[in-house]
Amino acid sequence: MAEVLEKEDIIINTMASLPPTSTKTTDQPAVKKITAESINCYFGKVHALKNISFAIPEHSVVAIIGPSGCGKSTFLRSINRMHELIPDSRITGKLTLDGDDIYAMDAVVVRKRIGMVFQKPNPFPTMSIFDNVSAGLRMNGMRDKKALAEIVEKSLKQAALWNEVKDSLSKSGISLSGGQQQRLCIARTLAVSPEVILMDEPASALDPISTAKIEELIYELKKDYTIAIVTHNMQQAARVSDYTAFFYMGELIEYDSTKSIFTIPKKKQTEDYITGRFG
Amino acid sequence: MEKFFFQYRTFKSVVMYGLCILSALIAVVPLVLIFYHTISLGIGALNVDFFTKLPKPVGEPGGGLANAIVGTMILVGLGSLIGLPVGVFAGVYLAEFGRNKFGTIIRFLTDVLNGVPSIVTGVVAYTVVVLPMKHFSAYAGGFALGILMIPIITRTTEEMLKTVPHSYREAALALGIPQWKTTLRIIIPAALGGIVTGIMLSIARAAGETAPLLFTALNNRFWHTTLNQPIASLTVFIYNYGVSPFEDWIAQAWAGALVLILLIFILSMVVRFATRQRY
Repeated sequence: MAEVLEKEDIIINTMASLPPTSTKTTDQPAVKKITAESINCYFGKVHALKNISFAIPEHSVVAIIGPSGCGKSTFLRSINRMHELIPDSRITGKLTLDGDDIYAMDAVVVRKRIGMVFQKPNPFPTMSIFDNVSAGLRMNGMRDKKALAEIVEKSLKQAALWNEVKDSLSKSGISLSGGQQQRLCIARTLAVSPEVILMDEPASALDPISTAKIEELIYELKKDYTIAIVTHNMQQAARVSDYTAFFYMGELIEYDSTKSIFTIPKKKQTEDYITGRFG
Repeated sequence: MEKFFFQYRTFKSVVMYGLCILSALIAVVPLVLIFYHTISLGIGALNVDFFTKLPKPVGEPGGGLANAIVGTMILVGLGSLIGLPVGVFAGVYLAEFGRNKFGTIIRFLTDVLNGVPSIVTGVVAYTVVVLPMKHFSAYAGGFALGILMIPIITRTTEEMLKTVPHSYREAALALGIPQWKTTLRIIIPAALGGIVTGIMLSIARAAGETAPLLFTALNNRFWHTTLNQPIASLTVFIYNYGVSPFEDWIAQAWAGALVLILLIFILSMVVRFATRQRY
């Protein structure tokens, strides 16, 4: 938060409309990978998401921050329709992936295109490291052993785990350490080559070294993927993301480039939260 | 004063600890007695003839219960043909999709079925199978045993599947794996050990049933030629021989009990080994 403000930044940020265009890599406005239009989500009588409109630009990292119970995980899960696993859930509004209506697609297809990494590492307990990474492909009918091996290697390399496990691919996935397990889960997600990766507090159960590895990984992955990450760690949001959204009580309070959220937040609630005055 | 309380507390602890150990020992005593009696009384009548020969008429020494050993295996096999698929599928339904009123009703009725005395099941099988066919048969016996097995397998399968953490379901679904494959390839393998234990319990129970067989499979002192006729079983032979006044029959009844226990023991060892977790 002690970043030096440059004049240029302030001008850009004050002029920025939602979603802000990326000023880092290209002059072209970023392509909107995912858009949400007035999303409302209910669990029984609980109104968990209130009128969320939002867009995630392609090849960027969007951090979603906010206090517990503010709906950030719910929003993330509504993107790949994981909220549907909860009985009594109901959603209104429109969510699109490359312009296609996510709720009109088959849920299985949506989840192939939008992968997810969870808070607690959850490798499949009955499978080896190799089988874990290839699970998504094998269970969707891929039989070609050579191609599977190539994808497993590529995915593990992308997830920065290959060097640690290349000699023990047949060992159990749950024999790895927590940080390795989480990278295994990331590799498993990458193996099915999704376009978007949703991360639900991917480093909150890990030690600082593993966390640093995951953060580096996110930075690398954004070249090829679009990433949305929910985090409780404000420093992490500031480090890894291009854009930050602040959720509070089921509402999207503020959404802007990470730099402006953390330096010149427009809403008082955002400022209070990131400076630790509540939440 | 303080010392007194300390001593009293220690005293109570020792007494309760002793009672727990005593109860644990008492719980094992019946099993030890059963083993001791069946082995000491049954081993004498065990010989090659016992496994290869047919029962001899009263007064003639020797003979065996070969037909009863095979008969029990066939009856349990027939029962498993009904009980295994129905029980496992019903358990999967209850665990994965049964969180509704229909599931609650099925669950309750399964528990009721589990509590129905086996002799009642035997009478029912007599009414719906034996009477229309107008004769006792192995089919009727298998039908009765199958009905006894269904609720045991259903409930253990459900309970075991419910112990699989929800995070594995989420992980699999988030990879774009369809729900049925998630259940079949991720959830069931993770709970396989427990499901197998339930199946073995039900097989042990079915193999040890006498009452329902009296109404259905009856008994047979000779080899059956088809499954459409009465068939011998170890339990019915144990019952008939055990209450007979002939010493060699009583000895063979004990030997039959010993063989029954060994059969179940060996079967569960083999099945456990075959379905053991690789990791």
